[in-house]
Amino acid sequence: MAIADVKEYTHLSEEEVETIGRRLDELRARIEASRDAKDAAYIHRLIKVQRGLAFGARVAMLAGSYAPKERKALRRGSMVAGTAMLGLAKILENMEIGHNVMHGQWDWMNDPEIHSSTWEWDTAQPAEQWKHSHNYIHHQFTNVLGYDNDIGYGILRMAREQKWHPANFGQPVYNALLSLLFEWGVALHDLDIERIRKLEKDPAEMKRQLAQIFRKGRNQILKDYIVYPALSGPGWKQTLKANAAANITRNVWSYVIIFCGHFPDGALHFTEEQIEDETRAEWYLRQMLGAANFNGSRALHILSGSLGYQIEHHVFPDLPSNRYPEIAVEVKAICEEYGIPYTTGPLHKQYGQALRTITLLSLPNSWTSHASEKYGEITPPTKTVTDRSRKSDAERPRRRTELGGWSRAGAKARA
Amino acid sequence: MALRTAVKELSPTRRRRDWHAVRSLADGLTTPLHPDDYLRFVNPLWTSRELRGRVESVVRETDDAATLVIRPGWGWRFDHQAGQYVGIGVPVEGRYQWRSYSLTSTPRRRGRRITITIRAMPEGLLSEHLINGLEPGTVVRLAAPAGDFVLPDPPPERILFLVGGSGITPVMAMLKTLVRRAGEGRWPLPDIHLVYSSPTPDRMIFRERLEEVAAEHASVTFTPIYTDTDGMLTFDRLGEVVPDWRDRQTWACGPSPMLDAAVEHWREADLEDALHLERFTLQIGDDVGEGGSISFQNSGKQAEVEPGTTVLEAGESVGIGMPFGCRMGICHTCTLTLVEGSVTDVRNGDRYDQPNERIQTCVAVPNGDCTIAI
Repeated sequence: MAIADVKEYTHLSEEEVETIGRRLDELRARIEASRDAKDAAYIHRLIKVQRGLAFGARVAMLAGSYAPKERKALRRGSMVAGTAMLGLAKILENMEIGHNVMHGQWDWMNDPEIHSSTWEWDTAQPAEQWKHSHNYIHHQFTNVLGYDNDIGYGILRMAREQKWHPANFGQPVYNALLSLLFEWGVALHDLDIERIRKLEKDPAEMKRQLAQIFRKGRNQILKDYIVYPALSGPGWKQTLKANAAANITRNVWSYVIIFCGHFPDGALHFTEEQIEDETRAEWYLRQMLGAANFNGSRALHILSGSLGYQIEHHVFPDLPSNRYPEIAVEVKAICEEYGIPYTTGPLHKQYGQALRTITLLSLPNSWTSHASEKYGEITPPTKTVTDRSRKSDAERPRRRTELGGWSRAGAKARA
Repeated sequence: MALRTAVKELSPTRRRRDWHAVRSLADGLTTPLHPDDYLRFVNPLWTSRELRGRVESVVRETDDAATLVIRPGWGWRFDHQAGQYVGIGVPVEGRYQWRSYSLTSTPRRRGRRITITIRAMPEGLLSEHLINGLEPGTVVRLAAPAGDFVLPDPPPERILFLVGGSGITPVMAMLKTLVRRAGEGRWPLPDIHLVYSSPTPDRMIFRERLEEVAAEHASVTFTPIYTDTDGMLTFDRLGEVVPDWRDRQTWACGPSPMLDAAVEHWREADLEDALHLERFTLQIGDDVGEGGSISFQNSGKQAEVEPGTTVLEAGESVGIGMPFGCRMGICHTCTLTLVEGSVTDVRNGDRYDQPNERIQTCVAVPNGDCTIAI
């Protein structure tokens, strides 16, 4: 069921919604005022650990490559250790460091080396395009049908309101491929291939984006699949395999975490009526209803880029991620007080629900009506979205203040 | 012979080119990062991504002033000109704070260290922190030397340095450079008269060194003025202290009122071209620019501002994490793109109104509505 009005859905009066908004604004101000050297030390430490892991991984793989042939255990051990460290380094870089730095979470430090305007991450998508497709499109229009391109990424049908097509039968397969090749899916995400196909895309903008993707993708491939294997001499094959394994590990892990953000059962969808004249407070409410958390240890949260606090991240995308645990306490209290659903659960359960939706929605709605009894309340769609094409920037509302203060250096086109 | 000269001339370029090739090869290993992003964990100075320096020692000059001896890291060129200033950024409570200070060391091609001399300003938390809170070994950020408060090459034959308080710092660099170059036989030492005001002898930075220089060189005259006992030197009395001030090229550095009075005095004498100034603080009248509504494009925020309010101040007032440094138009930390609209540079009245022009937000005031990309 897609929601047209968050107030009506949550049975809250306009005043109550405004009070919630004010309390969240106060919470933001409090956190902003208390950012200090301890927070800076957190991100510095994390970057140090991450670079150490990346360096250690490369050294271990080289050591394994040049170890004498008869010392099989050493060769194998080094390769396994190198793969694990590289996978871990890439996960940390993409999730807790890159994603959050590009949100502007650390811009307050005034450090040009850890700044949303200059950060480039260790994955195929150019940072600048990510900051458009993610920080703006996804975070502003979260879960709004027809606006948020992250509802199924244009590949999967993830809402009953999205019109079924026979191609959706293949969803479980597309899903598996997406998980393995996630970084490349993300790389193409901001291009809008649909518009390119229809020859509606501004050629200059397309050329600029493609050149960026080509350059970034080429450098990534050269590094992991040509340069390091070449340096490994006799062990080139093992290094190649190890690097591929590390990249795939990162792909699958980030895919799982990201699918737990908005696809578990409690995360709701919205229709475009919701974003007409949406107030700041209603925007907050939509973010809380549209996102899902998961529980876990501190280590799990760091490895998942603090996206286990997806709700808090969507309410305050640019506050430092190490503060989400304390923010969560207050957000949860507000939700309890006003009877707003706060979706959370263990990681495996949340991912299981996402997987079930992918499978279920690969079939037409009429075949799966029995699922309503089995999988809880599934009301028939309020509206079917038949127009599958994306909005262009000109058709979308301008960027909102709530998205935070990240900057897009080097962006020659677009807002 | 000719060949040897040619090779000599060629080699530095080639060496640089080879080095560049090695580095870009290493880039392939660390992309999208730079090798320096890893090397700085071995030695914090081994990076040229941002200029850095390590504080080697802090030398106390007076009760409230100290000289920082800094060893710059990769990417620093020691070819600054005496009189120029440098930006220094230090983390305070996790956040980089920037200020600019004159270099007091002389430029040397094979230099290894630079010095800056800082006086703790009342309410100047950062200057206080710099002279009392910086342990040797602290790594600081640096901004490349800049400023046009410099001597011409060759220097004029007769020079007057007119200095108040910590304004001595760029003049000290000039004086040291003049003496050193004269010692190397590059130019004869010009006829120099230094008039330096300070409340008391104790508070006078570099007093002993200046007395030594004056004692060693006959062509250097040093006139200290201790304002607590001697009273302020007003410009109508300048002729008593420096009878030939009209015949000298003058470099003046000190508090704003002193500089304003100097400008007035030289203007009345119709000698404005002979006066060279360095101001340490930025003065903005409340009648500069027209004010207006500033839209901050990427964050979607907006600020209504009065004339005299800079884009930087406006952005901060609505809670945008504006980049900033020296806040006086020096370090370029605050440079942003003006998407549309018009701003005036408060220092010189230049108008910037082309779409997508880069502006220094700390010295830009809006002329009507404008949009800034942040």
